[in-house]
Amino acid sequence: MTLRTEPFIMNMGPVHPSTHGVFRMRVTLDGEVVIDMEPVFGYLHRGIEKLAEERTYLGVIPLTDRLDYLASMTNNFGYCLAVEKLAKIPVPERAEYIRVIMAELQRLAAHLISVGSFLNDAGAYFTPFLYMFRERERIIDLFEMVSGQRLLYNYMRPGGVSQDLPEEFIPALQELLKQMKGYMQEYENLLKDNEILGARAKGVGILTRDMAINIGASGPVLRASGMKWDIRKVDPYSIYNRFEFDIPTGVQGDCYDRYRVRVEEMKQSLRILEQAYQKIPAGPYHTEVPQLIRPPVGETYAHIEAPTGELGFYLVSDGGIAPYRCHVRAPSLMNLTALRDMVKGWKIQDTILTFGSIAITMGEVDR
Amino acid sequence: MKFSNYGLGIIKGMGVTLKNLFRASPTTQYPEQRLTVSKRIRGTELVWSVEKCTGCATCARTCPQGVIRIVTHPGEAGGDPNRYVVETLEVDSGYCIHCGLCVEACPYNALFLGYKFERAKYRRQELVQSKEDMSISQETPSAYYHPELAGKLPKQTLLIDREKK
Repeated sequence: MTLRTEPFIMNMGPVHPSTHGVFRMRVTLDGEVVIDMEPVFGYLHRGIEKLAEERTYLGVIPLTDRLDYLASMTNNFGYCLAVEKLAKIPVPERAEYIRVIMAELQRLAAHLISVGSFLNDAGAYFTPFLYMFRERERIIDLFEMVSGQRLLYNYMRPGGVSQDLPEEFIPALQELLKQMKGYMQEYENLLKDNEILGARAKGVGILTRDMAINIGASGPVLRASGMKWDIRKVDPYSIYNRFEFDIPTGVQGDCYDRYRVRVEEMKQSLRILEQAYQKIPAGPYHTEVPQLIRPPVGETYAHIEAPTGELGFYLVSDGGIAPYRCHVRAPSLMNLTALRDMVKGWKIQDTILTFGSIAITMGEVDR
Repeated sequence: MKFSNYGLGIIKGMGVTLKNLFRASPTTQYPEQRLTVSKRIRGTELVWSVEKCTGCATCARTCPQGVIRIVTHPGEAGGDPNRYVVETLEVDSGYCIHCGLCVEACPYNALFLGYKFERAKYRRQELVQSKEDMSISQETPSAYYHPELAGKLPKQTLLIDREKK
């Protein structure tokens, strides 16, 4: 005897413990199998792009902190690069190095959360998550030392950074890098070869290379599909062409590959940090820029490799003190659109896992 | 599936757990035990120096949230012609986002951010700070954007120091 089943529409979210923020999925189920999935977002929409139009160029920086609130430093970085490109502001050497150090530390901190919450979704309840939060706390300590706040740093400025590094920063960074190596080994031992995780994540939620390119995915999601694409290499911004690092890629683009790519990227970030803090020169940490920046009339687009992918800022200036238009190319949003094709045909618990492996931040999706 | 090596990964993971079982706890029991915050903390907003302030209102114009309210008048005849008398200086800390842009904008170094960080209040009206609340004689300024003040403040507790060998 066969049981007759009917398609069943279920709402997951907006307040569901597995959806990492206020995200809602309308899942059409046939028994336990997902036959369709419709993402619904906009619950965290704050109108940041519109708010930016009535603030000065400096006043937008606190807003960019609130885009991807797990990676505020890289958001600052991308926005400041766009303003510098628009207003043609030079950046001193020391500031470039400070920025690279901050961006890579931020990538470490953001990937720690992504990997931790992915493993949490996979069912390794809170054990890896808390290990990774413990190390993130150490990184955040350094950010607090430099910028004065723990989450929304507001540290970079067009033409440099807001303040110089305190003298105790470099010794603390050295100590952190020394300890991080041991911790990275700990993560690898913890779950890399775990058979249960392998059975759960290998071959699940496959995003093929062609589809990833068509969707416009970027960051670890694209690289896990086997595409060697990193803005730091293909369009080097700031001083990234001076450092040696590899682009880790996955093979088939499943959840396990995305997890591996993130862990490997953390190791590459440590490599960049090792090179960066030794070469950091003395000198001024910012260019003197007036409080009210008035860039010439024109438009520009600057993009960086944020932890989630290609973060771009499109700025239009009408010659005034506020941007005429400020558009954000949010990597989380682009990567999220891949979710539908990834989960079709899989069971509902694989939906959670696949969603966790994209590692989005809702603040960036909705803006 | 090959079952010959099955379980090795799990045993490895358990080893990590076992090792961490004997490690000191990284948590702090907050109200009783406290960590020292960063010297540059952006804590309670705005410590204000009445001697240095000229009433130029640059801070109010820079504030992205528009929460600084300043009312000035030219003062009586015979006073300093380059100075305004600040009648009112109010900050609604409920709307302040602690970005610190006002401190960076101040051309006379008359504004600082506070070193204290516990700012819960019972009433919403109490969040509005007047110039008496912000005066530099009562509050400790933090070293945010004023690195010359960093020497007097205690050293920040870093978690990495706990496991230093």
